[in-house]
Amino acid sequence: MKQLLVFIRKEFYHVFRDRRTLLILFGLPTAQIMLFGYALSSEVKNINLAVVDFSKDIATQQIITKIQSSSYFNLQQSVLSYADMERAFREGKIRAAIIFPTGFNDDLRHVNKAQIQIIADASDPNTATTITNYLTGIIGDYQQQINAAAALPYQIQTETRMLYNPDMNGSLNFIPGVLALILMIVCTTLTSVSIVREKELGTMEVLLVSPFKPILVLIAKAVPYLVLSLLDFALILVLAVFVLDVPVRGSVVLLFAESTLFIICCLSLGLLISNITASQQVAMLASMMGMMLPTILFTGFMFPLENMPLPLQLVSNIVPSRWYYLIVKAIMLKGLGFGAVWKETVVLIGMAIGLLGISLKNFNIRLA
Amino acid sequence: MRILKFLLRKEFRQIFRDKSILAMIFAMPSIQLIILPLAANFDVKNVNLAIVDNDHSTYSQRLISKVGSSGYFRIIEASHSFKEALHTVEDNRADLIMEIPAGFERNLVREGSQKLSLAVDAINGTKAGLGGAYLSRIIGDFNGDVRLQWIQPGRFNEATVIDVTSSNWFNPLGEYRFFMVPGILVLLLTLVGGFLSALNIVREKEIGTIEQINVTPIQKWQFILGKLIPFWVLGMIVFTIGLLIARLVYGIIPVGSLATLYLFAGVYLVALLGFGLLISTYSDTQVQAMFVAFFFVMIFILMSGLFTAIDSMPPWARAIAYMTPVTHFIEVVRMIILKGSGLADVTRQLLYEVGFAIVLNGWAIWNYRKTN
Repeated sequence: MKQLLVFIRKEFYHVFRDRRTLLILFGLPTAQIMLFGYALSSEVKNINLAVVDFSKDIATQQIITKIQSSSYFNLQQSVLSYADMERAFREGKIRAAIIFPTGFNDDLRHVNKAQIQIIADASDPNTATTITNYLTGIIGDYQQQINAAAALPYQIQTETRMLYNPDMNGSLNFIPGVLALILMIVCTTLTSVSIVREKELGTMEVLLVSPFKPILVLIAKAVPYLVLSLLDFALILVLAVFVLDVPVRGSVVLLFAESTLFIICCLSLGLLISNITASQQVAMLASMMGMMLPTILFTGFMFPLENMPLPLQLVSNIVPSRWYYLIVKAIMLKGLGFGAVWKETVVLIGMAIGLLGISLKNFNIRLA
Repeated sequence: MRILKFLLRKEFRQIFRDKSILAMIFAMPSIQLIILPLAANFDVKNVNLAIVDNDHSTYSQRLISKVGSSGYFRIIEASHSFKEALHTVEDNRADLIMEIPAGFERNLVREGSQKLSLAVDAINGTKAGLGGAYLSRIIGDFNGDVRLQWIQPGRFNEATVIDVTSSNWFNPLGEYRFFMVPGILVLLLTLVGGFLSALNIVREKEIGTIEQINVTPIQKWQFILGKLIPFWVLGMIVFTIGLLIARLVYGIIPVGSLATLYLFAGVYLVALLGFGLLISTYSDTQVQAMFVAFFFVMIFILMSGLFTAIDSMPPWARAIAYMTPVTHFIEVVRMIILKGSGLADVTRQLLYEVGFAIVLNGWAIWNYRKTN
């Protein structure tokens, strides 16, 4: 036991001696969480919209004013023709166009029926759908306005409540996601490099000839990173709460306990990568290039997991951050207790034990 | 020139010697490009709905079956109380709750108006917004049906109707993969180029071989070019493989010219490699280089407009997004592949990448010191 403590202390010295790496370790996640917290949101705003108005009458003016007053759209200078509109689409200057045919107001007043055409740039299909929905909604409002004189009977009114996020804070969903993502990549990469580095520099031999069990070597290597990662987590949490206004509705203690579990899981994954790779370069490429995009996609904060084809949904199950993200969301945003996250917790514990087991088995006592 | 030739030969040998790195450069992006676009699907079709029906009337049943048959919703549970329904939201099983109050049918028919309450899990804004919008529209339709049933034709003047038609250009079926595949290709290229070049010089520093090069009469620019060209070639190969995968697996055939696409990719890679080399010259260890590269690449990826719309960001964030080379490349790749935009349409972005390439590479050469 005393030996282990001495060993851990040595590893701590190693880590803390390298000031620049430390600065990077704390500076980068801080900057990232701030940046993404403010910048990312799933809302669609400020859409560049072209108006092609062949009618130019009072009704089209009224509709245009209505569109202008919503924060969703940036009205571009009215384009005069279809050709102008097409060019604007190809140059990427507009995302959508709204077209009023000639005689719009006349049709509206005399025939009680008029037409509007919306064209959306569906190279981004989701935004296109959202834009079409917004515009249809605004036009629907206008239609109700002109029909208001004849109040309609048999009306169903809907009342919508926004659960957990009454202010529609766009970053609320992204903070737990980015948190899971950063912790996962940073922890895994750090550990994956630590052992392979000793192999590469040749210091591993020294460790292995010492009368020290391999498992203790691994533990000693992992402890400083566990501490660092927990500090990182605490820092991000403080920023999220006090700067980005993300609430912590549930128990902070539970949140820390679950985060520790998740970090242990990532450290084990890092150890595994470290064991099966031969150089720092390969270890880092594997943990960053190989894991970054899959982690972003399979954590579930960007794209709904249930939309994925079944085989990919199964794949998402083996990504630890997916479970951690669910836990963070439940505790932080929904204010739920352990009863709501026990399943996810069991999965993470299983992963940590499994990964550690495989790492230990693969941990070669003799080097090639 | 002869020196450069020898340097290049050495670098290429070094790359091709390490089979695991080669596999990483080619296999990993290919596999990811085949799989990941399937995962990045934002069709909001399966909104999970929990229903609390306190009325149990003909009308409430009709409304529920209308919602169920709309194709957007999966009714996962009919709960007895709102509290029970809330559990389904807590467990992430439901995204929306629709509660039909007691007396719904009676109030609607007798008193002419009735409230319906919806509760939306608003943590995920997109799903909440779209799901809520769909549901409101269906309820509106249902409302129209009810009215039609009760109002005799001819008793009222026909209400004015604005007929809205909408069409989706450049991707009429709204295929999400057409949007994601080109973008993910760019991200993978960025990962490969950015990380490889970031690790490179610093690796020689760490292992000590850079001293040997520094004592030779090799010029700075020759050294940097010797590092840059092999990665550039690898990057272009990865890009080509990616385009082939897009074509064979996803059936995406560029509408615009391939030459423009390659010209842009070539310039982009020079800019990106310059960025990696610059990081390399500033770092002492591979770990440092890797984390700095990670920091920037993650910003590139998350702010590139691939996952969230740039237009919706606050102005300062939009400024950052437009400063990163990835944003422009993703925009251009989409424009050329999906819209068929020509060189003239993308000149602005091309000039930007050229500027980026010159500044970053110049900086990297300037900062690389032969005496260390």
